[in-house]
Amino acid sequence: MRELTYAEAIREALSQNMERDERVFLMGEDIGKYGGIFQVTAGLLDKFGPERVIDTPISEAGFVGAAVGAAMTGMRPVVEVMFIDFTTVCMDMIVNQMAKIHYMFGGRGKVPMVLRTNIGAGRGAAAQHSQSFHAFFVHIPGLLVVAPSNPYDAKGLLNTAIADDNPVIFVEHKKLYATKGWVPEDYYTIPFGKAEIRRTGTDITVVATHEMVNRALRAAEECAKQGIEIEVIDPRTLRPLDQETILESVKKTGRLIVADEGPVTCGIHAEIAALAAEKAIGYLQAPILRVGSPDTPVPFSPPLEKIYIPDEEDIIAAVETMRSYL
Amino acid sequence: MNISKAQLMSLYTTMVKIRLFEERVQDLYSRGLVPGLAHLYIGQEGVAAGVCANLLPGDYITSTHRGHGHVIAKGADLRYMMAELFGKATGYCKGKGGSMHIADIEMGILGANGIAGGGIPIAVGAALSSKMRRSGQVTVCFFGDGASNNGVFHEGLNLASVHKLPVVFVCENNFYGISVSQRQHQAIEDVSIRAIAYGMPGATVDGNDVLEVFEASAKAIQRARAGEGPTLLECKTYRWRGHHEGDPNQGRRYRTMEEIKAWMEKCPIRRLEEKILKGRVASKKTLEEVWDEVNREIDAAVQFATESPFPPPDAIYENVYA
Repeated sequence: MRELTYAEAIREALSQNMERDERVFLMGEDIGKYGGIFQVTAGLLDKFGPERVIDTPISEAGFVGAAVGAAMTGMRPVVEVMFIDFTTVCMDMIVNQMAKIHYMFGGRGKVPMVLRTNIGAGRGAAAQHSQSFHAFFVHIPGLLVVAPSNPYDAKGLLNTAIADDNPVIFVEHKKLYATKGWVPEDYYTIPFGKAEIRRTGTDITVVATHEMVNRALRAAEECAKQGIEIEVIDPRTLRPLDQETILESVKKTGRLIVADEGPVTCGIHAEIAALAAEKAIGYLQAPILRVGSPDTPVPFSPPLEKIYIPDEEDIIAAVETMRSYL
Repeated sequence: MNISKAQLMSLYTTMVKIRLFEERVQDLYSRGLVPGLAHLYIGQEGVAAGVCANLLPGDYITSTHRGHGHVIAKGADLRYMMAELFGKATGYCKGKGGSMHIADIEMGILGANGIAGGGIPIAVGAALSSKMRRSGQVTVCFFGDGASNNGVFHEGLNLASVHKLPVVFVCENNFYGISVSQRQHQAIEDVSIRAIAYGMPGATVDGNDVLEVFEASAKAIQRARAGEGPTLLECKTYRWRGHHEGDPNQGRRYRTMEEIKAWMEKCPIRRLEEKILKGRVASKKTLEEVWDEVNREIDAAVQFATESPFPPPDAIYENVYA
């Protein structure tokens, strides 16, 4: 079983797509010689040349908008925005152009492009390089939002994203880049809107995303020692969201915790909680709980940042709160 | 200048088409028959007509909130345009885009755009795409003096210049960003001098002289097609109406009637008409027939739009995703 890191899995997907389809090309800051800030695109410049691996000026609106124009005219660009924090400087291109063109033009024209970026705190990079506001993009109709939690999913979901005719926000997680896992060498796709049950359990459903999946699995092991069986569901894509799998699990366990690294207020937590409240209220035996980042900017000082990041202890604490309803 | 009689007549007809279309929209809007916002192009016809006359069918344009003129000059069908303005299912965007979002990708119209400067990076991307596909297509990017102060102007022109992309940036300087005059919004007179900062040629022409626009844009478009890179072409012009049809008294809150009248004296259509008559390219009667013919075409467009159905309720959920 061949293992790759999450970063290598993404790179392999990019490379295989560029081999398969000459319309696919990459644009971003420092993705060429430098190999990308997290080395995801390392080696691709040598392999595909500067015409298909384009190092751009520091102009997020410029190159993300250029990708929109290229996608509308027959190409399939994949752009890298170095940190999700930097999407704020090209928000018009994402929200008003990329997401709306197909609808606004009554179905005339498509924008088949992928915007890769990453979330996650924990590197001491402070408030402008550590945010996790991916839920924002889920709020925009017209975008698809992908949240891979492991190398296998990263490759398969990116393949699907590049093949899709819609704009996709492909949200990676910094803490996952170095994690390893089995990744098939052959090209494969993973359908959007299909959640994966990472662990089965009967007492509490934890819907977790990105690195929160691993944190939830560790928390589940701890809880199992106390006889509480947790089911961990990884939605894998946030739009479309696999409502069916989530609801099925909630109906089975009657209890729901949503764990996502974004700030809790108006986060993806709230959306999934609303889903359960709207469609499974009769099955709920406990209040729904949210585990996420506090409503503060990401602090720099290591002890503060540690408090900021939601981890397995926060999930265990939520389980403790739920204990009286078990 | 090397321009045929047929080309002169074509420029004339395009300008008349834009003028009469916009005047009809003005009338329909005032009677409450056209919903939403209408930013009219009256007075600026020389720019769209002069530039687009140099484009091939496969070439691209990106347009603006004041986009009717550009898309008419690129060849859009007036019936589908009018139907779109009415919000009808038969419109270019099935009634879901309206005046500010008319697009026809097959015709190379990558969309009008409701965001000032929004089309600039998109045009750069279309040019990048045609360069990568070695298709020989050129992209023309229309925007106003107002958008030239937006960040995407800088990002787009820089990117196009670095990659020597086949794109022509056409700045229609009508001296106002909504109500703020050029004197208040930038400390330069000619937007085209900004070209120096991007290492590309820049030129300023009289946008109300369609032949001057035609000639200057021909050069820029040829340059782009030859792979020599982008150009910034500034066309000085003036909108006769207010920013949009809800802007009271043609924008006299921020400009004088004298100023408006002085620019109306420089009407691009009348100026070409004088040249056509003086050069005996066509008779007065032939020119009158052009107006009559265009009016009939617009009548048919209004009839088509009026008789077309509104989109069914379910259409709201269609086309969110491809």
